[in-house]
Amino acid sequence: MAAINININGAKRVIEVDPKTPVLWVLRDHLDLVGTKFGCGMAQCGACTIHVDGNAMRSCILPISQIENKAVVTIEGLSEDGDHPLQKAWLEHDVAQCGYCQTGQIMNAAAFLKQNPNPSDDEIETAMQGNICRCATYVRIKAAIKTAANS
Amino acid sequence: MAGGGMLLSFSWLAGCVQSDKDAIPEMPEEWFEFNSFIKIGNNGVIHLMSPNPEFGSNVKTSMPMILADELDVDWKNVIVEQADFFPERFDRQFTGGSQGIRQGWKPLRTAGATARQMLVNAAAKQWNVPDKEITTEGGTLYHKGTGKKAGYGEIASIAAGMPVPAEVTTKDVGDFKIIGTSRKNVEGKNIVTGKPLFGIDYKEDGMLIAMIVHPPFGMMIKSLDDSSVRSMPGIKDVFTIKTLTEDYERNGFDTTSFLELAVIVGNTTWEVMNAKKALKAEWELMPEYSVTMQQFGRGKVTAVMPKGLESTEGHRAEMQKASKGKGDILRKDGNPEAAFKTAAKVLERTYTAPHLAHNTMEPVNCFAHVTADKAKIYGPIQAPEFIRNTLAARLGMPKENIRIKLARMGGGFGIRAYGHHLVEAAVISQKIKAPVKLIYTREDDMTYGIYRPTYTATYRAALDKDNNLIAFHVKGGGIPEHPIHANRFPAGAVDNYLAEAWAIPSNITIGAFRAPRSNFNAAAEQSFLDELAELAGKDPIDFRLQLLERAKNDPVGKDNDYDPDRYAGVLKLVKEKSNWNQPPANVSRGVAAYFCHNTYVAEVVDLKLDGNNPVIQSVVAAVDCGIVVNPDAAKNMGEGGIIDGIGNALFGEMTFKDGVPDKNNFHQYRMIRQKESPKSVEVHFVKNEEEPTGLGEPLFPPVFAAVANALYKATGKRFYDQPFAKHIETNPSRM
Repeated sequence: MAAINININGAKRVIEVDPKTPVLWVLRDHLDLVGTKFGCGMAQCGACTIHVDGNAMRSCILPISQIENKAVVTIEGLSEDGDHPLQKAWLEHDVAQCGYCQTGQIMNAAAFLKQNPNPSDDEIETAMQGNICRCATYVRIKAAIKTAANS
Repeated sequence: MAGGGMLLSFSWLAGCVQSDKDAIPEMPEEWFEFNSFIKIGNNGVIHLMSPNPEFGSNVKTSMPMILADELDVDWKNVIVEQADFFPERFDRQFTGGSQGIRQGWKPLRTAGATARQMLVNAAAKQWNVPDKEITTEGGTLYHKGTGKKAGYGEIASIAAGMPVPAEVTTKDVGDFKIIGTSRKNVEGKNIVTGKPLFGIDYKEDGMLIAMIVHPPFGMMIKSLDDSSVRSMPGIKDVFTIKTLTEDYERNGFDTTSFLELAVIVGNTTWEVMNAKKALKAEWELMPEYSVTMQQFGRGKVTAVMPKGLESTEGHRAEMQKASKGKGDILRKDGNPEAAFKTAAKVLERTYTAPHLAHNTMEPVNCFAHVTADKAKIYGPIQAPEFIRNTLAARLGMPKENIRIKLARMGGGFGIRAYGHHLVEAAVISQKIKAPVKLIYTREDDMTYGIYRPTYTATYRAALDKDNNLIAFHVKGGGIPEHPIHANRFPAGAVDNYLAEAWAIPSNITIGAFRAPRSNFNAAAEQSFLDELAELAGKDPIDFRLQLLERAKNDPVGKDNDYDPDRYAGVLKLVKEKSNWNQPPANVSRGVAAYFCHNTYVAEVVDLKLDGNNPVIQSVVAAVDCGIVVNPDAAKNMGEGGIIDGIGNALFGEMTFKDGVPDKNNFHQYRMIRQKESPKSVEVHFVKNEEEPTGLGEPLFPPVFAAVANALYKATGKRFYDQPFAKHIETNPSRM
């Protein structure tokens, strides 16, 4: 156990936890932030994607000690009231089926669009290749990203 | 419950969803209940219960749409709540078999129309006019003669106390205002903002976390060494549980891969995961055992779980041997063997497909809190009714004392119909006397079993000198079940027909996987028909249409399990919509069609080669599912089934070595992702007024063959063995 200074969605606090605990489980078990999902535990599926200093990272393999004092944003902090252009585009295209992978998809896309605001289809596909959607809503995911990019 | 208002707390309302929050500025002060599905607030807000558990087919939107249309309200005034499992109030709270809308269609319409009639009768009473003179629209009652009108909210209090009419008329199809229009997923906003929706998200004060360790198939726990585990941080206990007792007579959804599991209980997920890694277990060979089960339509069956450590290599050898032997005759028309002897041309081909893992994105989990005489369960389950009986027997309490709350499921695909995880969580909670959330790691999930069986089928067909199909023979088998549907097309279209089947028992558990049996049958049969059409010198669509014409005008045999007109209808529609005879330049096309779960589907796949790698340009599907309740959501389901099918056809495969699955996470088990998905998918619906049938499964089976047939055009090679990517030489990196 150690005292770790964390900054999640702008809220700074100190948390007492095993410093090797992946950020995913700190979020889900200690902070009641369950929007970030568990899919595989080895960064193969993207369901656990968060932003660390603006970069998309897989929280399931990221020890909490490594984000000490860094700015972490989860889906809960992506927007005030679900009004990030991607969230709005997701609703416009009615993307989700089961919905489990979608917060990871959105978080990955959000970081990507910040770095590449005007992407080609090919660039979108490459950027999103790490996010599995078992329900296969891929065509709508791509369409929603394009809509958000154009808005 | 009729009459009187009900005051309900805010926390209850927090569980409700509205697609347009801004449309409802205020919640009612009082609610009036009309039936299990419908409550109306004093200010006209409509509260609808969605009965079936939700796993992504969006019944949580389409079922309330049906209620709302017959009730005749404005959709923007509707809020929806997921019902708990409550068999006294709801029939068939089962999600699977693509039957939800089909079986809910009449009851939901009746429930909506009944509540509407009660409102009409109340207004008639209040206004002292005949009820037949009252009309409704968008939640308002009108009497033209006197100019009187009232919102449902104003009348609800009296209406809820009116006698429930024994019979009601439902709308004409042409009068639907909500059904047949596209409505957004009522859960959409909650999904994109990461609200707690899934079983794995659930939390309660005092809740502990439990994880399991299971042996390989064919083995059981000999001993556990928890010496290093018990003292690890956050760990409360280590023990074993038996999911079911040996004497329990199972039903079809009680499939349990391992009779005994090791369990670790602790405070947090990470702590228990660490303990899992440290737990040492010794296995020993499991002797052969039998389970008695009640199977649908078959009564009591005894299944033998053989002893031994099974491997895919062994499975393949056994299947090859069995496919050369005799099968049970499922259907025979005419004299196939005589016809084969006189044939001008004979085609014989063999197809295979491996076990598949369901790989729902949300791993297995369940919450349970079991006390002396009650149980509360919250988790992902497609079939709560079946498992509640099992829980009651296992926990030793009446089933009425077991409350199952239906979590939104992060995927189902058939595997969540099996409720072993509910029983495990409950047994653990009962033992530790605390609320517990059971979570499987991805590795536990992928290696637990209940897979899609492995199958093979050999097809033979005979053509006469005029290239007419005169005989058709399929012999199919699998481990541990065969895939054959003997009464499906082309049975009924061929004078001489033979369908045979065989099966080999296995201790690797299997279960329903999106369109069971059909998911292989269609792949094999529709690839074979393509090759047969080519041999006959005919266009593949025309070849099928000619056979369907025969099946319609002069059918062979009886119990032919398809409507030739509707089957032909989707082939004709896909021909039109895909511009079948004018494909885009440089694409290779394949077509396939299938009828299963009451819905007809035809699909055309266009692909190009990038080096050796197929790149799917487009899929065009034609679907006859009767009335389409929510068109855009229906298209979403179609897209999903198609892309899921492409992924499984190209990549899906589970294999085994000595009882151990070779793949335990996504680095080994390849899933279709963004890059491999088609650039475009179109889903077109045949317009008719047939009662609605399902979409969850029917678009999945035909796409396997459509891909294989397109690959043939692109490469000159036929693909007989799934997954197809294994037979595509990729150079330099994987496709």
